[in-house]
Amino acid sequence: MIEFKQVSKIYPNGVVGLDNINLTIKKGEFVVIVGLSGAGKSTFLRSINRLHEITSGEIIIDNTSITKAKGKQLLKIRRDIGMIFQSFNLVKRSTVIRNVLAGRVGYHSTMRTLLGLFPPEDKKLAMRALERVNIIDKAYSRSDQLSGGQQQRVSIARALAQEAKIILADEPVASLDPLTTVQVLEDLKTINVELGITLVVNLHSIELARQYATRIIGLQEGRVVFDGPVEQATDERFKEIYGQPFEVKNNEESVNLPISH
Amino acid sequence: MRKALTYPSHTELSSMSMRRKKHVWTALFLILLFAWSLWQTESSLLDFINGFSNMFDLLIQMVPPNWAYFDNVVPPMLDTIRMALLGTTIGAILAIPFALLSASNVFKNKALYYPIRFILNLIRTIPELLLAAIFVAILGLGPLPGIFALGIFSMGIIAKLTYEATEGIDPGPLEAMTAVGANKIQWIAYSVVPQVTPYYISFVLYALEINVRAAAILGLVGAGGIGEYYDKTLGFLEYDKVSTIIICTLLVVLAIDYVSMKLREKLL
Repeated sequence: MIEFKQVSKIYPNGVVGLDNINLTIKKGEFVVIVGLSGAGKSTFLRSINRLHEITSGEIIIDNTSITKAKGKQLLKIRRDIGMIFQSFNLVKRSTVIRNVLAGRVGYHSTMRTLLGLFPPEDKKLAMRALERVNIIDKAYSRSDQLSGGQQQRVSIARALAQEAKIILADEPVASLDPLTTVQVLEDLKTINVELGITLVVNLHSIELARQYATRIIGLQEGRVVFDGPVEQATDERFKEIYGQPFEVKNNEESVNLPISH
Repeated sequence: MRKALTYPSHTELSSMSMRRKKHVWTALFLILLFAWSLWQTESSLLDFINGFSNMFDLLIQMVPPNWAYFDNVVPPMLDTIRMALLGTTIGAILAIPFALLSASNVFKNKALYYPIRFILNLIRTIPELLLAAIFVAILGLGPLPGIFALGIFSMGIIAKLTYEATEGIDPGPLEAMTAVGANKIQWIAYSVVPQVTPYYISFVLYALEINVRAAAILGLVGAGGIGEYYDKTLGFLEYDKVSTIIICTLLVVLAIDYVSMKLREKLL
Protein backbone atom coordinates (compact mmCIF):
# COMPACT_ATOMS: atom_id res chain seq x y z
CA MET A 1 0.00 0.00 0.00
CA ILE A 2 1.28 3.43 -0.93
CA GLU A 3 -0.16 6.46 0.84
CA PHE A 4 0.44 10.05 -0.25
CA LYS A 5 -0.33 12.55 2.52
CA GLN A 6 -0.36 16.20 1.46
CA VAL A 7 2.69 15.61 -0.68
CA SER A 8 4.21 18.63 -2.41
CA LYS A 9 7.45 19.10 -4.25
CA ILE A 10 8.83 22.46 -5.29
CA TYR A 11 12.09 22.46 -7.23
CA PRO A 12 14.84 24.89 -6.18
CA ASN A 13 14.06 26.99 -9.28
CA GLY A 14 10.48 27.45 -8.08
CA VAL A 15 8.82 24.98 -10.46
CA VAL A 16 6.04 23.03 -8.78
CA GLY A 17 6.58 19.30 -9.28
CA LEU A 18 3.81 17.97 -7.08
CA ASP A 19 1.02 20.03 -5.59
CA ASN A 20 -0.68 18.71 -2.43
CA ILE A 21 -1.28 15.12 -3.44
CA ASN A 22 -3.49 12.93 -1.25
CA LEU A 23 -4.21 9.42 -2.40
CA THR A 24 -3.81 5.76 -1.55
CA ILE A 25 -2.76 2.97 -3.88
CA LYS A 26 -3.87 -0.41 -2.59
CA LYS A 27 -2.05 -3.69 -2.90
CA GLY A 28 -2.54 -5.40 -6.25
CA GLU A 29 -3.72 -2.34 -8.13
CA PHE A 30 -2.46 -1.61 -11.63
CA VAL A 31 -2.28 2.17 -11.62
CA VAL A 32 -1.36 4.11 -14.70
CA ILE A 33 -0.35 7.75 -14.32
CA VAL A 34 -1.14 9.86 -17.36
CA GLY A 35 -0.50 13.46 -18.19
CA LEU A 36 1.29 15.66 -20.67
CA SER A 37 5.07 16.07 -20.59
CA GLY A 38 6.06 18.06 -17.53
CA ALA A 39 2.87 17.23 -15.66
CA GLY A 40 4.88 15.70 -12.83
CA LYS A 41 4.47 11.99 -13.69
CA SER A 42 8.14 11.19 -13.29
CA THR A 43 8.42 13.23 -10.09
CA PHE A 44 5.36 11.42 -8.72
CA LEU A 45 6.87 8.01 -9.43
CA ARG A 46 10.35 8.84 -8.17
CA SER A 47 9.03 10.30 -4.96
CA ILE A 48 7.57 6.87 -4.08
CA ASN A 49 11.00 5.26 -3.68
CA ARG A 50 12.63 8.58 -2.80
CA LEU A 51 14.83 8.91 -5.85
CA HIS A 52 13.41 12.42 -5.62
CA GLU A 53 12.94 14.12 -2.26
CA ILE A 54 9.61 15.79 -1.58
CA THR A 55 9.49 19.23 0.04
CA SER A 56 6.48 18.64 2.29
CA GLY A 57 4.02 15.96 3.29
CA GLU A 58 4.66 12.29 3.81
CA ILE A 59 4.69 9.08 1.78
CA ILE A 60 3.95 5.83 3.57
CA ILE A 61 4.79 2.44 2.10
CA ASP A 62 3.14 -0.55 3.81
CA ASN A 63 2.70 1.42 7.04
CA THR A 64 6.29 2.67 7.15
CA SER A 65 7.13 6.26 6.29
CA ILE A 66 9.75 6.34 3.55
CA THR A 67 9.89 10.10 3.97
CA LYS A 68 11.22 9.73 7.52
CA ALA A 69 13.29 6.59 6.88
CA LYS A 70 17.04 6.86 7.32
CA GLY A 71 20.05 4.74 6.41
CA LYS A 72 19.41 1.01 6.42
CA GLN A 73 15.68 1.41 6.84
CA LEU A 74 15.46 3.44 3.63
CA LEU A 75 17.48 0.79 1.77
CA LYS A 76 15.17 -1.90 3.11
CA ILE A 77 12.04 -0.08 1.93
CA ARG A 78 13.63 0.46 -1.48
CA ARG A 79 14.50 -3.24 -1.67
CA ASP A 80 10.78 -3.98 -1.73
CA ILE A 81 10.12 -1.54 -4.58
CA GLY A 82 11.30 -2.55 -8.05
CA MET A 83 11.81 0.02 -10.76
CA ILE A 84 11.71 -0.09 -14.54
CA PHE A 85 12.99 2.80 -16.63
CA GLN A 86 12.42 4.18 -20.10
CA SER A 87 16.08 3.60 -20.99
CA PHE A 88 16.21 0.15 -19.29
CA ASN A 89 19.22 1.19 -17.16
CA LEU A 90 21.07 -2.10 -17.40
CA VAL A 91 24.85 -2.24 -17.21
CA LYS A 92 25.33 -2.87 -20.91
CA ARG A 93 28.73 -4.52 -20.61
CA SER A 94 27.55 -7.01 -17.98
CA THR A 95 25.77 -10.27 -18.68
CA VAL A 96 22.00 -10.51 -18.41
CA ILE A 97 22.17 -12.79 -15.36
CA ARG A 98 24.50 -10.40 -13.55
CA ASN A 99 22.08 -7.54 -14.19
CA VAL A 100 19.25 -9.62 -12.79
CA LEU A 101 21.28 -10.70 -9.74
CA ALA A 102 22.04 -7.02 -9.09
CA GLY A 103 18.44 -6.90 -7.88
CA ARG A 104 19.43 -9.23 -5.04
CA VAL A 105 22.19 -7.12 -3.44
CA GLY A 106 19.85 -5.69 -0.82
CA TYR A 107 19.40 -9.16 0.68
CA HIS A 108 23.07 -9.92 1.32
CA SER A 109 26.10 -8.57 3.12
CA THR A 110 28.35 -6.09 1.33
CA MET A 111 31.27 -8.56 1.34
CA ARG A 112 29.24 -11.34 -0.19
CA THR A 113 27.88 -9.17 -3.01
CA LEU A 114 31.32 -7.65 -3.70
CA LEU A 115 32.66 -11.15 -4.33
CA GLY A 116 29.56 -12.00 -6.37
CA LEU A 117 28.83 -14.99 -4.13
CA PHE A 118 25.09 -15.28 -4.55
CA PRO A 119 23.53 -18.39 -3.01
CA PRO A 120 22.19 -21.03 -5.44
CA GLU A 121 18.59 -20.08 -4.51
CA ASP A 122 19.27 -16.58 -5.80
CA LYS A 123 20.51 -17.92 -9.11
CA LYS A 124 17.42 -20.11 -9.39
CA LEU A 125 15.25 -17.12 -8.56
CA ALA A 126 17.01 -15.04 -11.23
CA MET A 127 16.57 -17.81 -13.80
CA ARG A 128 12.88 -18.19 -12.94
CA ALA A 129 12.46 -14.44 -13.35
CA LEU A 130 14.09 -14.62 -16.79
CA GLU A 131 11.89 -17.58 -17.66
CA ARG A 132 8.78 -15.62 -16.72
CA VAL A 133 9.66 -12.84 -19.17
CA ASN A 134 10.66 -15.40 -21.81
CA ILE A 135 14.29 -14.53 -22.16
CA ILE A 136 16.07 -17.33 -20.31
CA ASP A 137 18.09 -18.33 -23.40
CA LYS A 138 19.86 -14.95 -23.22
CA ALA A 139 20.94 -15.36 -19.59
CA TYR A 140 24.66 -15.43 -20.36
CA SER A 141 24.65 -12.94 -23.24
CA ARG A 142 26.07 -9.49 -22.78
CA SER A 143 23.18 -7.08 -22.25
CA ASP A 144 24.18 -4.77 -25.10
CA GLN A 145 23.62 -7.63 -27.55
CA LEU A 146 19.89 -7.59 -26.76
CA SER A 147 17.22 -5.56 -28.51
CA GLY A 148 15.39 -2.79 -26.65
CA GLY A 149 12.38 -4.94 -25.88
CA GLN A 150 14.57 -7.77 -24.61
CA GLN A 151 16.53 -5.36 -22.42
CA GLN A 152 13.31 -4.05 -20.94
CA ARG A 153 12.26 -7.60 -20.12
CA VAL A 154 15.61 -8.14 -18.39
CA SER A 155 14.91 -5.08 -16.27
CA ILE A 156 11.50 -6.54 -15.39
CA ALA A 157 13.29 -9.76 -14.40
CA ARG A 158 15.57 -7.69 -12.18
CA ALA A 159 12.56 -6.26 -10.36
CA LEU A 160 11.10 -9.79 -10.04
CA ALA A 161 14.36 -11.23 -8.68
CA GLN A 162 14.30 -8.39 -6.20
CA GLU A 163 11.04 -9.93 -4.90
CA ALA A 164 9.53 -6.47 -4.98
CA LYS A 165 6.03 -5.97 -3.64
CA ILE A 166 5.60 -2.82 -5.69
CA ILE A 167 6.97 -2.16 -9.17
CA LEU A 168 7.30 1.38 -10.49
CA ALA A 169 7.68 1.79 -14.23
CA ASP A 170 8.66 5.15 -15.70
CA GLU A 171 7.59 5.28 -19.35
CA PRO A 172 8.57 1.62 -19.80
CA VAL A 173 7.53 1.47 -23.44
CA ALA A 174 8.42 4.95 -24.69
CA SER A 175 11.50 3.71 -26.53
CA LEU A 176 9.95 0.51 -27.88
CA ASP A 177 8.15 -0.33 -31.11
CA PRO A 178 4.39 -1.13 -31.01
CA LEU A 179 4.84 -4.91 -30.97
CA THR A 180 7.38 -4.97 -28.12
CA THR A 181 5.26 -2.37 -26.32
CA VAL A 182 2.44 -4.89 -26.14
CA GLN A 183 4.78 -7.69 -25.03
CA VAL A 184 6.26 -5.62 -22.21
CA LEU A 185 2.88 -4.38 -20.99
CA GLU A 186 1.50 -7.93 -21.19
CA ASP A 187 4.41 -9.09 -19.02
CA LEU A 188 3.64 -6.37 -16.48
CA LYS A 189 -0.05 -7.25 -16.50
CA THR A 190 0.71 -10.94 -15.91
CA ILE A 191 2.99 -10.11 -13.01
CA ASN A 192 0.28 -7.92 -11.55
CA VAL A 193 -2.45 -10.54 -11.89
CA GLU A 194 -0.51 -13.70 -11.04
CA LEU A 195 1.87 -12.45 -8.37
CA GLY A 196 -0.31 -9.70 -6.94
CA ILE A 197 2.46 -7.14 -7.29
CA THR A 198 1.24 -3.54 -7.15
CA LEU A 199 2.13 -1.65 -10.33
CA VAL A 200 2.44 2.08 -10.78
CA VAL A 201 3.20 2.90 -14.40
CA ASN A 202 3.73 6.20 -16.20
CA LEU A 203 2.41 6.26 -19.74
CA HIS A 204 1.57 9.09 -22.00
CA SER A 205 -0.90 7.12 -24.06
CA ILE A 206 -4.41 7.09 -22.63
CA GLU A 207 -5.24 4.29 -25.07
CA LEU A 208 -2.67 1.91 -23.55
CA ALA A 209 -3.62 3.09 -20.06
CA ARG A 210 -7.22 2.03 -20.67
CA GLN A 211 -6.11 -1.37 -21.96
CA TYR A 212 -3.97 -2.36 -18.99
CA ALA A 213 -4.81 -0.28 -15.94
CA THR A 214 -7.33 -0.95 -13.21
CA ARG A 215 -7.13 2.68 -12.17
CA ILE A 216 -6.00 5.81 -13.94
CA ILE A 217 -4.58 8.91 -12.30
CA GLY A 218 -4.34 12.06 -14.41
CA LEU A 219 -1.83 14.72 -13.49
CA GLN A 220 -1.59 18.31 -14.62
CA GLU A 221 0.98 20.77 -13.32
CA GLY A 222 1.60 18.50 -10.33
CA ARG A 223 -2.05 18.25 -9.35
CA VAL A 224 -4.31 15.20 -9.52
CA VAL A 225 -7.00 16.15 -12.05
CA PHE A 226 -8.42 12.68 -12.54
CA ASP A 227 -8.48 9.62 -10.33
CA GLY A 228 -10.78 6.77 -11.06
CA PRO A 229 -11.38 3.38 -12.62
CA VAL A 230 -10.78 2.84 -16.32
CA GLU A 231 -14.51 3.02 -17.18
CA GLN A 232 -14.66 6.66 -16.11
CA ALA A 233 -11.55 7.63 -18.08
CA THR A 234 -13.42 8.37 -21.27
CA ASP A 235 -12.20 10.58 -24.10
CA GLU A 236 -14.94 13.10 -23.30
CA ARG A 237 -13.91 13.30 -19.68
CA PHE A 238 -10.27 13.84 -20.57
CA LYS A 239 -11.15 16.46 -23.14
CA GLU A 240 -13.11 18.20 -20.45
CA ILE A 241 -10.17 18.13 -18.04
CA TYR A 242 -7.34 19.00 -20.36
CA GLY A 243 -9.33 21.25 -22.66
CA GLN A 244 -7.92 19.43 -25.69
CA PRO A 245 -7.80 15.93 -27.07
CA PHE A 246 -5.45 14.31 -24.58
CA GLU A 247 -3.75 11.70 -26.72
CA VAL A 248 -0.23 12.69 -27.61
CA LYS A 249 -0.32 11.57 -31.20
CA ASN A 250 2.91 9.80 -31.70
CA ASN A 251 3.12 6.84 -34.06
CA GLU A 252 4.74 4.66 -31.46
CA GLU A 253 2.18 4.96 -28.73
CA SER A 254 -1.07 5.49 -30.53
CA VAL A 255 -0.98 2.26 -32.54
CA ASN A 256 -3.59 0.07 -30.98
CA LEU A 257 -2.72 -3.56 -31.31
CA PRO A 258 -5.05 -6.39 -30.30
CA ILE A 259 -4.19 -7.97 -26.99
CA SER A 260 -3.45 -11.65 -27.16
CA HIS A 261 -4.82 -13.73 -24.35
CA MET B 1 25.58 39.61 -67.40
CA ARG B 2 28.36 41.52 -65.80
CA LYS B 3 29.16 40.72 -62.29
CA ALA B 4 29.09 43.79 -60.18
CA LEU B 5 32.40 44.43 -58.52
CA THR B 6 32.01 44.99 -54.86
CA TYR B 7 34.56 46.98 -53.03
CA PRO B 8 35.08 46.57 -49.33
CA SER B 9 33.29 49.29 -47.48
CA HIS B 10 35.13 51.77 -45.34
CA THR B 11 34.40 49.95 -42.10
CA GLU B 12 35.47 46.61 -43.55
CA LEU B 13 38.74 48.15 -44.71
CA SER B 14 39.52 49.58 -41.34
CA SER B 15 38.76 46.31 -39.58
CA MET B 16 41.04 44.50 -42.04
CA SER B 17 43.92 46.83 -41.38
CA MET B 18 43.25 46.54 -37.65
CA ARG B 19 43.54 42.79 -37.89
CA ARG B 20 46.76 43.07 -39.89
CA LYS B 21 48.19 45.40 -37.29
CA LYS B 22 47.34 42.87 -34.59
CA HIS B 23 49.23 40.13 -36.45
CA VAL B 24 52.29 42.36 -36.79
CA TRP B 25 52.25 43.14 -33.09
CA THR B 26 51.91 39.48 -32.16
CA ALA B 27 54.85 38.51 -34.41
CA LEU B 28 56.96 41.31 -33.01
CA PHE B 29 56.15 40.28 -29.47
CA LEU B 30 57.13 36.64 -30.13
CA ILE B 31 60.44 37.66 -31.74
CA LEU B 32 61.25 39.89 -28.78
CA LEU B 33 60.39 37.10 -26.33
CA PHE B 34 62.68 34.69 -28.21
CA ALA B 35 65.58 37.17 -28.31
CA TRP B 36 65.13 38.07 -24.66
CA SER B 37 65.16 34.38 -23.64
CA LEU B 38 68.34 33.74 -25.66
CA TRP B 39 70.01 36.73 -24.06
CA GLN B 40 68.92 35.87 -20.52
CA THR B 41 70.05 32.24 -20.77
CA GLU B 42 73.34 33.37 -22.37
CA SER B 43 72.91 31.01 -25.27
CA SER B 44 73.79 31.94 -28.78
CA LEU B 45 72.84 30.42 -32.10
CA LEU B 46 76.53 30.49 -33.04
CA ASP B 47 77.33 27.94 -30.34
CA PHE B 48 74.66 25.71 -31.75
CA ILE B 49 76.06 25.92 -35.27
CA ASN B 50 79.64 25.40 -34.08
CA GLY B 51 78.46 22.37 -32.12
CA PHE B 52 77.37 20.61 -35.28
CA SER B 53 80.82 19.21 -35.98
CA ASN B 54 80.92 17.76 -32.46
CA MET B 55 77.63 16.12 -33.08
CA PHE B 56 79.03 14.31 -36.11
CA ASP B 57 82.10 13.28 -34.13
CA LEU B 58 79.83 11.82 -31.49
CA LEU B 59 77.72 9.95 -34.02
CA ILE B 60 80.85 8.50 -35.60
CA GLN B 61 82.04 7.32 -32.20
CA MET B 62 78.68 5.72 -31.54
CA VAL B 63 78.90 3.38 -34.54
CA PRO B 64 79.41 0.55 -34.49
CA PRO B 65 77.72 -0.11 -31.16
CA ASN B 66 79.67 -2.24 -28.72
CA TRP B 67 77.69 -5.50 -29.03
CA ALA B 68 79.85 -7.20 -26.39
CA TYR B 69 78.43 -4.74 -23.88
CA PHE B 70 74.94 -6.09 -24.58
CA ASP B 71 75.32 -8.79 -21.90
CA ASN B 72 75.98 -6.09 -19.31
CA VAL B 73 72.93 -4.11 -20.41
CA VAL B 74 70.35 -6.90 -20.18
CA PRO B 75 70.15 -7.25 -16.36
CA PRO B 76 69.65 -3.49 -15.66
CA MET B 77 67.23 -3.32 -18.59
CA LEU B 78 65.16 -6.11 -17.03
CA ASP B 79 65.41 -4.23 -13.74
CA THR B 80 64.04 -1.17 -15.48
CA ILE B 81 61.04 -3.12 -16.77
CA ARG B 82 60.45 -4.60 -13.31
CA MET B 83 60.60 -1.13 -11.78
CA ALA B 84 58.04 0.11 -14.30
CA LEU B 85 55.75 -2.87 -13.61
CA LEU B 86 55.96 -2.48 -9.82
CA GLY B 87 55.58 1.29 -9.99
CA THR B 88 52.56 1.03 -12.29
CA THR B 89 50.95 -1.60 -10.03
CA ILE B 90 51.36 0.60 -6.95
CA GLY B 91 50.03 3.58 -8.87
CA ALA B 92 47.08 1.61 -10.24
CA ILE B 93 46.03 0.46 -6.76
CA LEU B 94 46.45 3.88 -5.16
CA ALA B 95 44.54 5.49 -8.02
CA ILE B 96 41.29 3.59 -7.34
CA PRO B 97 40.19 5.41 -4.15
CA PHE B 98 41.43 8.75 -5.49
CA ALA B 99 39.53 8.34 -8.76
CA LEU B 100 36.28 7.36 -7.02
CA LEU B 101 36.53 10.15 -4.47
CA SER B 102 37.19 12.70 -7.23
CA ALA B 103 34.20 11.75 -9.39
CA SER B 104 31.30 14.10 -8.75
CA ASN B 105 28.71 11.53 -9.83
CA VAL B 106 29.96 8.98 -7.27
CA PHE B 107 30.42 11.24 -4.26
CA LYS B 108 28.25 14.31 -4.65
CA ASN B 109 29.91 16.25 -1.86
CA LYS B 110 31.95 19.19 -3.19
CA ALA B 111 33.83 19.47 0.09
CA LEU B 112 35.15 15.99 -0.63
CA TYR B 113 35.99 15.91 -4.32
CA TYR B 114 37.50 19.38 -4.69
CA PRO B 115 40.30 18.81 -2.11
CA ILE B 116 41.02 15.34 -3.53
CA ARG B 117 41.26 16.74 -7.05
CA PHE B 118 43.54 19.47 -5.76
CA ILE B 119 45.91 16.86 -4.28
CA LEU B 120 45.89 14.99 -7.60
CA ASN B 121 46.74 18.17 -9.52
CA LEU B 122 49.51 18.90 -7.05
CA ILE B 123 51.02 15.44 -7.52
CA ARG B 124 50.94 15.78 -11.28
CA THR B 125 52.92 19.04 -11.20
CA ILE B 126 55.97 17.22 -9.75
CA PRO B 127 58.18 15.75 -12.51
CA GLU B 128 59.01 12.08 -11.96
CA LEU B 129 62.76 12.83 -11.85
CA LEU B 130 62.24 15.23 -8.96
CA LEU B 131 60.03 12.67 -7.19
CA ALA B 132 62.78 10.08 -7.66
CA ALA B 133 65.43 12.46 -6.29
CA ILE B 134 63.27 13.09 -3.21
CA PHE B 135 62.75 9.35 -2.64
CA VAL B 136 66.49 8.73 -3.11
CA ALA B 137 67.10 11.27 -0.36
CA ILE B 138 64.63 9.42 1.88
CA LEU B 139 65.32 5.77 1.05
CA GLY B 140 68.87 5.82 -0.30
CA LEU B 141 70.20 4.70 -3.68
CA GLY B 142 68.71 1.78 -5.60
CA PRO B 143 65.56 0.78 -7.46
CA LEU B 144 63.21 1.14 -4.46
CA PRO B 145 63.00 4.97 -4.54
CA GLY B 146 62.53 4.70 -8.31
CA ILE B 147 59.61 2.33 -7.86
CA PHE B 148 57.93 4.65 -5.35
CA ALA B 149 58.50 7.67 -7.59
CA LEU B 150 56.89 5.86 -10.52
CA GLY B 151 54.03 4.70 -8.27
CA ILE B 152 53.15 8.21 -7.13
CA PHE B 153 53.63 9.64 -10.61
CA SER B 154 51.41 7.07 -12.33
CA MET B 155 48.81 7.27 -9.55
CA GLY B 156 48.36 10.93 -10.52
CA ILE B 157 47.86 10.10 -14.19
CA ILE B 158 45.62 7.04 -13.73
CA ALA B 159 43.44 8.68 -11.07
CA LYS B 160 42.91 11.82 -13.16
CA LEU B 161 42.01 9.94 -16.36
CA THR B 162 39.83 7.43 -14.51
CA TYR B 163 37.78 10.00 -12.62
CA GLU B 164 37.12 11.87 -15.85
CA ALA B 165 35.99 8.64 -17.50
CA THR B 166 33.86 7.87 -14.45
CA GLU B 167 32.06 11.19 -14.78
CA GLY B 168 31.16 10.24 -18.33
CA ILE B 169 29.46 6.90 -17.59
CA ASP B 170 25.77 6.21 -18.20
CA PRO B 171 23.85 7.49 -15.14
CA GLY B 172 21.00 5.01 -15.77
CA PRO B 173 22.49 1.99 -13.98
CA LEU B 174 23.47 4.27 -11.07
CA GLU B 175 19.83 5.27 -10.63
CA ALA B 176 18.72 1.65 -11.02
CA MET B 177 21.06 0.47 -8.26
CA THR B 178 19.83 3.24 -5.94
CA ALA B 179 16.28 2.05 -6.59
CA VAL B 180 17.24 -1.54 -5.82
CA GLY B 181 18.27 -0.50 -2.30
CA ALA B 182 22.00 -1.10 -2.67
CA ASN B 183 24.31 0.48 -0.10
CA LYS B 184 27.07 2.81 -1.28
CA ILE B 185 29.71 0.10 -1.72
CA GLN B 186 27.32 -2.26 -3.53
CA TRP B 187 26.14 0.68 -5.60
CA ILE B 188 29.72 1.41 -6.72
CA ALA B 189 30.52 -2.26 -7.32
CA TYR B 190 27.41 -2.93 -9.43
CA SER B 191 26.93 0.28 -11.40
CA VAL B 192 30.20 2.26 -11.50
CA VAL B 193 32.86 -0.47 -11.58
CA PRO B 194 31.58 -2.54 -14.51
CA GLN B 195 31.17 0.60 -16.61
CA VAL B 196 34.56 2.13 -15.88
CA THR B 197 36.80 -0.98 -15.72
CA PRO B 198 37.76 -1.13 -19.42
CA TYR B 199 38.80 2.53 -19.31
CA TYR B 200 40.75 2.00 -16.11
CA ILE B 201 42.71 -0.96 -17.52
CA SER B 202 43.47 1.03 -20.64
CA PHE B 203 44.81 3.92 -18.53
CA VAL B 204 46.96 1.54 -16.48
CA LEU B 205 48.53 0.19 -19.67
CA TYR B 206 49.09 3.73 -20.87
CA ALA B 207 50.80 4.54 -17.55
CA LEU B 208 52.99 1.47 -18.00
CA GLU B 209 54.16 2.77 -21.40
CA ILE B 210 55.09 6.11 -19.84
CA ASN B 211 56.73 4.42 -16.84
CA VAL B 212 59.06 2.24 -18.92
CA ARG B 213 60.39 5.41 -20.56
CA ALA B 214 60.57 7.25 -17.25
CA ALA B 215 62.26 4.30 -15.52
CA ALA B 216 65.02 4.37 -18.14
CA ILE B 217 66.24 7.76 -16.96
CA LEU B 218 65.57 7.50 -13.21
CA GLY B 219 69.10 6.06 -12.78
CA LEU B 220 70.44 9.54 -13.51
CA VAL B 221 69.45 10.56 -9.98
CA GLY B 222 70.51 7.21 -8.50
CA ALA B 223 67.12 5.55 -8.49
CA GLY B 224 68.16 2.30 -10.19
CA GLY B 225 67.58 0.82 -13.62
CA ILE B 226 69.32 1.35 -16.93
CA GLY B 227 69.73 5.09 -16.28
CA GLU B 228 72.78 4.46 -14.09
CA TYR B 229 74.51 2.87 -17.08
CA TYR B 230 73.78 5.91 -19.23
CA ASP B 231 75.35 8.04 -16.56
CA LYS B 232 78.42 5.81 -16.23
CA THR B 233 79.16 5.27 -19.92
CA LEU B 234 78.53 8.91 -20.84
CA GLY B 235 80.86 9.91 -18.01
CA PHE B 236 83.65 7.72 -19.38
CA LEU B 237 82.96 8.92 -22.94
CA GLU B 238 82.28 5.32 -24.04
CA TYR B 239 79.89 6.28 -26.81
CA ASP B 240 79.87 2.86 -28.44
CA LYS B 241 78.42 1.46 -25.21
CA VAL B 242 75.94 4.35 -25.00
CA SER B 243 74.57 3.46 -28.41
CA THR B 244 74.15 -0.17 -27.29
CA ILE B 245 72.07 1.01 -24.36
CA ILE B 246 70.04 3.35 -26.56
CA ILE B 247 69.22 0.55 -29.02
CA CYS B 248 68.28 -1.78 -26.19
CA THR B 249 66.00 0.85 -24.59
CA LEU B 250 64.43 1.61 -27.93
CA LEU B 251 63.59 -2.04 -28.53
CA VAL B 252 62.05 -2.49 -25.09
CA VAL B 253 60.00 0.71 -25.30
CA LEU B 254 58.73 -0.17 -28.77
CA ALA B 255 57.84 -3.72 -27.73
CA ILE B 256 55.93 -2.58 -24.64
CA ASP B 257 54.17 0.22 -26.53
CA TYR B 258 53.10 -2.24 -29.20
CA VAL B 259 51.75 -4.86 -26.78
CA SER B 260 50.00 -2.21 -24.71
CA MET B 261 48.48 -0.57 -27.78
CA LYS B 262 47.13 -3.90 -29.06
CA LEU B 263 45.64 -4.72 -25.65
CA ARG B 264 44.00 -1.32 -25.39
CA GLU B 265 42.50 -1.65 -28.87
CA LYS B 266 40.89 -4.91 -27.74
CA LEU B 267 39.51 -3.28 -24.59
CA LEU B 268 37.67 -0.25 -25.92
